[in-house]
Amino acid sequence: MGDIFVLAISCILINNILLAQYLGNCPFLGTSKKMETAIGMAMAVVFVLVMAGVITWIVNTYFLVQFNLEYLRTVAFILVIASLVQFVEMFLKKSIPALYAGLGIFLPLITTNCAVMGVCLINVNEEYNFLQALVASFAYAVGFGLALILFAGVRERILLARVPRPLQDTSIALVTAGILSLTFFAFKGMV
Amino acid sequence: MAKPLAQEFFKGLWDEVPPFRLVLGLCPVLAVTKSLYNGAGMGLATTFVLLCSNILVSSLRKVIPSKVRIACYIVIIATFVTIVEFMMKAFTYKLFMELGIFIPLIVVNCIVLGRAEAFASKNGVFRSLLDGLGIGIGFTLSLALLGSVRELLGTGALTFWKTATPIFPASYPKFSFMIEAPGAFVALGLLLCLMNLAGKK
Repeated sequence: MGDIFVLAISCILINNILLAQYLGNCPFLGTSKKMETAIGMAMAVVFVLVMAGVITWIVNTYFLVQFNLEYLRTVAFILVIASLVQFVEMFLKKSIPALYAGLGIFLPLITTNCAVMGVCLINVNEEYNFLQALVASFAYAVGFGLALILFAGVRERILLARVPRPLQDTSIALVTAGILSLTFFAFKGMV
Repeated sequence: MAKPLAQEFFKGLWDEVPPFRLVLGLCPVLAVTKSLYNGAGMGLATTFVLLCSNILVSSLRKVIPSKVRIACYIVIIATFVTIVEFMMKAFTYKLFMELGIFIPLIVVNCIVLGRAEAFASKNGVFRSLLDGLGIGIGFTLSLALLGSVRELLGTGALTFWKTATPIFPASYPKFSFMIEAPGAFVALGLLLCLMNLAGKK
């Protein structure tokens, strides 16, 4: 039980998917301009990442490894993720329209979010068992949401600041992300 | 209104150079540029995938139904990524280990899918080839530039081919911030700022 807790903490804070593993940076910069979009993206990622993590783990363990097809991993995983996103989109549209409207355009964007694919590959490379894969996927997704929402808060304040012209927009956002990443760096000694 | 062929190639080198002008595909840009060698290796792998997928997507553009086009493009890209994975495992094993999961992650690099969707699906084979090559080389040069800045400031040496060559004298205090995660963000942000300065006359 303790191990699982340590795993969760290290996935959320120490190996934060955005700021320490550099995965999922396109949506990180793209959707952090406003708090609303950041929250929408964070929710969509939590939702899809947990499902994708679990399903790709099952596909890998009971299908790819069983039939010696590990070389098809990249193709198989991306297909699982793409069809999962499509399926989730259709399901939400029919049954929970309120949530669908909230997540909006962020759902289809998740297919090319490398955080999702990255976590699935990390789960396989680290040889996690089912429970570990489930907890790691959830914890990475929470870490993603945490970093994204913190960053969106900072970025809303930057809009009010006077930034030199060449540094504006993406440039200052990246420097800010660097400073945020530095604070997460301090968690390194925790576990 | 066809643009000259040379322009399709050269736009990738400055006007639309991927990580700077189009802020896409940032993850590998930040993650693998700890050294010049890693950055350039990743750039070349991406260039290969970009070139091949552009050619194939463009030659199949009349066959692929538009409703399932994204899925088709992803399968095409994933196939070439698998080929690159095997080639790197065979010929540059050390680099393969260092780049780790970022090689399979070329599949979800927005630049590759972006070029397939925005360019190769609408243009002829030769034009798409030039476009892929131009964007790929621009991407490789940017990664190499970022990699050299970070490695030079972080360790005082540059890795041209497998071994590090010291550039600064041994008394140079190693600024290890640059090769860690925060340094990647700051270095890319400042390079982007320099590029903005240079671009605006």
